[in-house]
Amino acid sequence: MARAMEDYLRPGIPTTPFCPGCGHGILLGLILRSIHALGIDIREMLFVSGIGCAAWIPSPHFKADTLHTTHGRAIAFATGAKLYNPRLRVMVISGDGDLSSIGGNHLIHAARRDIDLKVVCANNMIYGMTGGQVAATTPVGSTTSTTPLGSTERPFDLCRLVEGAGGRYVARHAVTQPLALIESIKKSLSFTGFTFIEVLSPCPTQFGSKNLLESAPKMMEWLMENCVPREEAEGLSPEELEGKIITGEWSDVAVSTG
Amino acid sequence: MGWKRIKAALPPGRYYFSGNEAAAEGAIAAGCRFYAGYPITPSSEIMERMAHRLDQIGGVFVQMEDELSSISAVIGASWAGAKAITATSGPGFSLMMENIGYAAFTETPCVIVDIQRAGPATGQATRVGSGDIMQAKWGSHGDYQVIALSPWSVQEMYDQTIQAFNFAERYRVPTFLLGDEAIGHLRESLDIKPWVRVFDRKKAKGRPPFEAKSPRQIPPMPAFGEGESILVTGSTHDGLGIRRTDDPEVHARLVKRLNDKILLNQEDIIETEEFFLDDATVAALCYGFTARSTLTAVKELRGEGHKVGLIRLRTLWPFAHKELRQLNQGVKKILVPEMNRGQVAGETMKSSRCEVVSFCQTDGEIIRPEVIQKELMRLL
Repeated sequence: MARAMEDYLRPGIPTTPFCPGCGHGILLGLILRSIHALGIDIREMLFVSGIGCAAWIPSPHFKADTLHTTHGRAIAFATGAKLYNPRLRVMVISGDGDLSSIGGNHLIHAARRDIDLKVVCANNMIYGMTGGQVAATTPVGSTTSTTPLGSTERPFDLCRLVEGAGGRYVARHAVTQPLALIESIKKSLSFTGFTFIEVLSPCPTQFGSKNLLESAPKMMEWLMENCVPREEAEGLSPEELEGKIITGEWSDVAVSTG
Repeated sequence: MGWKRIKAALPPGRYYFSGNEAAAEGAIAAGCRFYAGYPITPSSEIMERMAHRLDQIGGVFVQMEDELSSISAVIGASWAGAKAITATSGPGFSLMMENIGYAAFTETPCVIVDIQRAGPATGQATRVGSGDIMQAKWGSHGDYQVIALSPWSVQEMYDQTIQAFNFAERYRVPTFLLGDEAIGHLRESLDIKPWVRVFDRKKAKGRPPFEAKSPRQIPPMPAFGEGESILVTGSTHDGLGIRRTDDPEVHARLVKRLNDKILLNQEDIIETEEFFLDDATVAALCYGFTARSTLTAVKELRGEGHKVGLIRLRTLWPFAHKELRQLNQGVKKILVPEMNRGQVAGETMKSSRCEVVSFCQTDGEIIRPEVIQKELMRLL
């Protein structure tokens, strides 16, 4: 299986740029495994990304058409390519800051248009590449390089945001939930219309180091302890759910991956 | 690929169109099949006509959520193989600037029509101006070249839109049609000829899309979905599109090539038009709508026996420095009347061998012939 993934990688690109313990490498592998499982020829796909760590997942690593755009505009570039050539299978892979902050307007409008884009948002809850500044997704109270006393603004619930804008297939998983995540990516690729998958991906370098989770295993443990699948969450009290992240699917359509 | 002759989209004949409608028809005639835009006065008629016409002929029209996404969608569509266009005015043009630099750096053919209004800021949204000339050249960060054309009639709104697509496709560069409110909303005759000469971007399977054998040459451009696994990035890249952000040589070579490919071909790009220059001692240098007023003024003065002439810039960028240096030695003074605070006058001073006098009018009104006549008389 590991060797089989080499067919999906661009030759001559030696290593990924991700820090030790970053979740983006796991996500990279899980996206390729989903494509492999569906038997899709990756060369028929277009991957569009913006600016930030997550934008490097497809570009330059995937052996497919890749469009690495300006900060925030990945969905808008993808909209143009998809509308002109509907035969392209277009996946947008970028970070939380890129897609929901500087590019937030394009995210909600693409969901409203229900344009056939597969958006995968790697959410590390911080601006990693630029040095660990607070993001629109940073949990309240977190220390970042621009909130030395702890962040005070409430973070976006990205799935509810996209669902509210009209997104018909919306899901959230952590990279610590690989099987559920693969299933969701497969579903999104099998679905015609706008899909959004938020992937919680740890950033030990910037988020962990400032919030007493400095080692990669600690961040993974934190995700495993705090991510609660939707079905389990239904049986828990509001007190028990305090500070937890609910994962799962929010979709009004049945999607078959067969 | 390359040059070809195609039938005009409209039946040949004489039409009565506004400049904005003519620009839309020029785009359709050039083979444009993608429009993304956001409404803004005084350019919106281009968008409205494109919505109607692209629906008729099976192209793609999308009204985006802002100008940032409009230019982004145009670039995305261009890489998917489209001849793509957007139209806007000052505030929208400002919002597009980052991605205009991206288009220049990734060598993406696209056409942007800017129907200039009186700025800065919201300014006079319905009034005329030509304050975006320097922004068109220098608006995005870094060093890059663009092509900018300056129409003075409804006919040229049509002809130069076709020409803008040909330049964009041929040189893989963002190309501007820098109109203004007066030309955009002017109605006059437009002659549609039966045939249109168009250039389609060159393709060459397997060849690097960001590398040319000589500085004058333009690399071939594949499209998404052709199985070439294209890598497009706004970061410094090698011939294959692979990021090389810490290699000084790769960056230096790329920036120089992107400038050279336009500047070394400028003789094929730049067009000027001359009136009564042979024996002129005073000349006016004009572009856009102001050239119409100036021609009237010059003819009036010629009728009175004054030796005045007119040089009209059909191309604003790259700038006609060489043509100005070659101007008839008898010309001692050049008047540059414009609807801004002397943007082209300043550029003219870089190469002109004679005295350059700037005349600025920034009140949202066109410059009237009698005003220019008076200014020319002062120089005679």
